[in-house]
Amino acid sequence: MTFSLRLRAAIVSVVLFAAFIGVWHLATRSAGPATNMSPEYAKLMGLTATQGKSAMPGPLDVGAKLWEHLRRPFYDNGPNDKGLGIQLAYSIGRVGLGYLIAVLVAIPLGFLVGMSPLISKALDPFIQVLKPISPLAWMPLALYTIKDSSISAIFVIFICSVWPMLLNTAFGVAGVRKEWINVARTLEVGTVRRAFTVILPAAAPTILTGMRISIGIAWLVIVAAEMLVGGTGIGYFVWNEWNNLSITNVIIAILLIGIVGMLLDQILARFTRMVTFPE
Amino acid sequence: MSTFDDPFDASRRLNQSGCACGQHRSAAEHDAAGPTFRCEPAESEEKRYEGVVASALMRAVFPQDMARRTFLQSVGASTALAALAQFFPIKTATEVFAQTAAPEKKDLKVGFIPITCATPIIMAAPLGFYAKQGLNVEVVKTAGWAVIRDKTINKEYDASHMLAPMPIAISLGLGANAIPFAVPAIENINGQGITLAMKHKDKRDPKDWKGMKLAIPFDYSMHNYLLRYYLAEHGLDPDTDVQLRAVPPPEMVANLRADNIDGFLAPDNICQRAIYDGVGFMHILSKEIWDGHPCCSFAASKEFITNSPNSFAALTRAIVDATAYASKAENRKQIAEAIAPANYINAPVTVLEQVLTGTYADGLGGVKTDPKRVDFDPFPWQSFAVWMLTQMKRWGQIKGDVDYKAIAEQVYLATDTGKVMAEMGLTPPTTAYKSFSVMGKPFDPAKPDDYLASFKIRKSS
Repeated sequence: MTFSLRLRAAIVSVVLFAAFIGVWHLATRSAGPATNMSPEYAKLMGLTATQGKSAMPGPLDVGAKLWEHLRRPFYDNGPNDKGLGIQLAYSIGRVGLGYLIAVLVAIPLGFLVGMSPLISKALDPFIQVLKPISPLAWMPLALYTIKDSSISAIFVIFICSVWPMLLNTAFGVAGVRKEWINVARTLEVGTVRRAFTVILPAAAPTILTGMRISIGIAWLVIVAAEMLVGGTGIGYFVWNEWNNLSITNVIIAILLIGIVGMLLDQILARFTRMVTFPE
Repeated sequence: MSTFDDPFDASRRLNQSGCACGQHRSAAEHDAAGPTFRCEPAESEEKRYEGVVASALMRAVFPQDMARRTFLQSVGASTALAALAQFFPIKTATEVFAQTAAPEKKDLKVGFIPITCATPIIMAAPLGFYAKQGLNVEVVKTAGWAVIRDKTINKEYDASHMLAPMPIAISLGLGANAIPFAVPAIENINGQGITLAMKHKDKRDPKDWKGMKLAIPFDYSMHNYLLRYYLAEHGLDPDTDVQLRAVPPPEMVANLRADNIDGFLAPDNICQRAIYDGVGFMHILSKEIWDGHPCCSFAASKEFITNSPNSFAALTRAIVDATAYASKAENRKQIAEAIAPANYINAPVTVLEQVLTGTYADGLGGVKTDPKRVDFDPFPWQSFAVWMLTQMKRWGQIKGDVDYKAIAEQVYLATDTGKVMAEMGLTPPTTAYKSFSVMGKPFDPAKPDDYLASFKIRKSS
């Protein structure tokens, strides 16, 4: 009896997940109540100290809390306490805006760099130096010059997502097969038209790969940036719950960050498949 | 001499070297005094305003302290009040104080760090102290001291909760551009503590602390200066014998659990939180180093004060009001519940209650009671600023000559606030300088350089 590969993989996934939850549950069991503690003292202490409860929440705690969040994702209790849905929307909005600006800058610039060897050589040293800078290193500078924390966060997203797109666009544009460009030349196609009808479709898979890398990085960075600046967003939520030492909520946020990151990546992957062509 | 004191008490002490409230000769006597004789603020707001106005009037009529005392002793307080009321309408003045010019800007943003020091700033929102002054204030939780500094400088916040030395540091351009900042009110006095990891429960003598890693919230903080002072008094050089690390308060408990640090001098609810989670114990309260020390302040840029003087005055009024409310022990439980939700401090109510009521678990199995564990008194004593400047100089944060008085007067708005308060009908204490002692060593704000020179352990410059 042979199952399809997909089914077998699914079974292994489920087993792995169950094993993980099981180990997690066993590892976080409470160590039993502490002895010789006066009742009035115990009343002032937390469960970790009195019941020997593990500082790490178990899967059941996380599940219950997650259900609580999912039941009312859009509550708004004032500027410092909003539902997870609202926080995620803020983060996605910031990433979307910063990323969009990066697309608008990186792709035209990448075309220029890819099509002109002169510009490519001239800009190369700048790109090489700026590319490896951690986006968060820009944060103090951004806060200082832009003087607005939410624009600073968007700027940081912009600066981190611009490089992979720029380099991939330039690489894709420069790597378009010479025959195709020569055919276009022979047919006397103008530069602009050549860029749009020949180079763009040919370089599109590489450009989209760059965009896919960028959205991944942007989503990684927004969490850290929001933890720094605070106010709103999923990163702020993590910080706020960290502040309260609520590891349960931090775990939930980690889970959600993973899911949203995966969705963003899948959307870009679908676009990539749409423009890929067989050679 | 707190603003909330009874102005008709002939025997009131004129300086505050004794107890936290200034009415008793020593802290012990203050504690021993029954609640009826305590210097608790008047029960109703109108009563308090009236007291404040009467206090101003008394001082205006008898600017000499001795003359005022003699007068009060000879005729008695009620006669004095009646006599004054004949030629001055105290009631009207009280009403005038309660209503002042409309604020230029009604929607304000005030930043805070989620610790109990920010209690007056935070509670003024849920308990309606801002609304009472016609302000619509959004209190915004902020990730750290550097961020709150930058956001206030960038005018994202109109005013902020800051560590008491921060406005001085910003005004001097230490760790930031020099931007004139001012402190119209101190948030809290006392309310910090030294918490050590459980494994050090037998090392109660600081002399055994050599090589420890201790955390403080920020370089320009009372925590830094108090911890350094405490260590130095016990013969340890804080720069060479121990490692001091600036760690954001929320991360302190986790670091203590992870054994990355051995202890910290931190703002409260963090100390108590470490105890609550069973990772640390309370070594001493900061009160035992300096009873009545300031910790956090309410700060705004000079620009905001100049551009929106009425908004600023209204904010100051709200904070002073909230501070007075918080200084009453019976309100503390209600306050703990009001500021505990995720929108504000985001901490278990039990922890906040222990901090605010002063009945707390010490982490070693005992329950201790100290109602003055944290207290609230808004007056920005300029001598506080002078003391901080001496410590900044002692530890090499500022170099060269310091004009202590000029800086203190520029940043700590005791005089400027005097003007604002006078418009409101409030009166600050007659002097902005008081002497106090830190770990038994008296500090004379008039002789900061001598004080500084008297320390053996200091950074060699």
